Amino acid sequence: MKKEINIKWDRKDLLGLEDLTKEEIKLILDTAESFKEISARKIKKVPALMGKTIANLFFEPSTRTRISFELAEKRLSADVVNFSASTSSLSKGETLIDTAKNIEAMKIDCVVIRHSSSGASYMLSKKLNASVINAGDGTHEHPTQALLDMFTIRGKKGRLEGLKVAIIGDIRHSRVARSNIWGMMKMGMDVRVCGPKTLLPVDIEKMGVQVFYNIEQAVKNVDVIMALRIQKERQGQSYFPSIREYSKLYGITSERLKYAKGNVLIMHPGPMNRGVEIMPEVADGPYSVILDQVTNGLAVRMAVLYLVTGSKNEGGTSV
Amino acid sequence: MSLKEKGQVMDKEGVERSISRIAHEIVEKNKGTDNLVIIGIRTRGVFLAERIVKKIKQIEKTVIPIGTLDITLYRDDLSTIASQPVVHKTEISFDITDKVVVLVDDVLYTGRTIRAALDELIDFGRPKAIQLAVLVDRGHRELPIRADYAGKNVPTSQKEIVEVRLEEYDKKTEVIIIGKYAK
Repeated sequence: MKKEINIKWDRKDLLGLEDLTKEEIKLILDTAESFKEISARKIKKVPALMGKTIANLFFEPSTRTRISFELAEKRLSADVVNFSASTSSLSKGETLIDTAKNIEAMKIDCVVIRHSSSGASYMLSKKLNASVINAGDGTHEHPTQALLDMFTIRGKKGRLEGLKVAIIGDIRHSRVARSNIWGMMKMGMDVRVCGPKTLLPVDIEKMGVQVFYNIEQAVKNVDVIMALRIQKERQGQSYFPSIREYSKLYGITSERLKYAKGNVLIMHPGPMNRGVEIMPEVADGPYSVILDQVTNGLAVRMAVLYLVTGSKNEGGTSV
Repeated sequence: MSLKEKGQVMDKEGVERSISRIAHEIVEKNKGTDNLVIIGIRTRGVFLAERIVKKIKQIEKTVIPIGTLDITLYRDDLSTIASQPVVHKTEISFDITDKVVVLVDDVLYTGRTIRAALDELIDFGRPKAIQLAVLVDRGHRELPIRADYAGKNVPTSQKEIVEVRLEEYDKKTEVIIIGKYAK
């Protein structure tokens, strides 16, 4: 009868899934399960983080992630300050350290950071006593997105282990893909990546994934298809001849779904380029869990905020 | 510090008799089961609540709705304890507005758990009344809270631990007192 969760969370920060153990990922997902119900209450708020102050530092545009974090913080009764800067006025390096020192001076308990430079959250975590949550750093990691993806899959399928997932598209520039690959491999999933050769990083198979260049082969018999956004803002040069060609070769169409398992889940981290990497009839179709991902993101972020701000690592492992 | 079992205060039969009496008292005090709902506080309060519901069904032939409350997020010591306690699910699938809610827990001690439970319940709606049922009241209250239904009053020292064990969770049903000794 006894089902105790023995593992304790003692990390000051959540920077990426590469460092986490399988048990830690499971703890976050299990905790998120308990937080899901709060958003269905009449009063959608619990006093768990009362008196804590959280700063959201978004150096890069974001709608979904920023709103999701802010809502999660407010539903936990934390005080929230938002800071968004146009990337042009801030260069990384000293300025970010200065920002960090200012935050420290204001006695902030937790910082959520989105930055266009890979490693920005890691650098900040070294400089701050406050907890740091990575909300996306460059092309490195976006851990809460991967956690909510796994949470959504687990919720729909009842398990993660042994499931086959195909991640399609711009793997090279995708922090979502990287975090998902780390996380899903740890949870025992069978991960495939697929896209034009120019959008797949060299040596990606060393992460333990299977590489495909043909989408029909990639999605054959999979339980989950995850389409990634074609990131126009990260493409200084052309990686493929045209959007139209990309769409023709790698777009998720209802025709291509037939190769996957009958109850396949269609996922997309958003924002979607409808008609490019995913066709509208698939995005809005019966297999799509894209809006479930958004709902679940809230519960997952509440769980992460609760666990991270609770660790009494004054000074922590860093500084 | 070492822990030593000092003795049993209730055996299986004693626990069952107490639950039976509490069930009768709940029905008597509320003049039936109309408008009544029952909510158990995790972990053992949930199993006690289930037992009470079963008993009331035998007496009144009615099934009253049952819910589960996890008070972790409402604790007043979250900012002082070492690492975050594990959060379990709160499951209340009915509207508690204008209902008489019977809150069930195993041991009533400082009253802080009940304070947290009251705050959480009120976030779900505005009940007509909230009543409290506990298996053991061991005294040493730190807040102005009392039980409407108590299985047994057990005078204790603060150096003691009262442990309720229930078959559904602990394999054996009994209430024991454990002493804490400085080594």
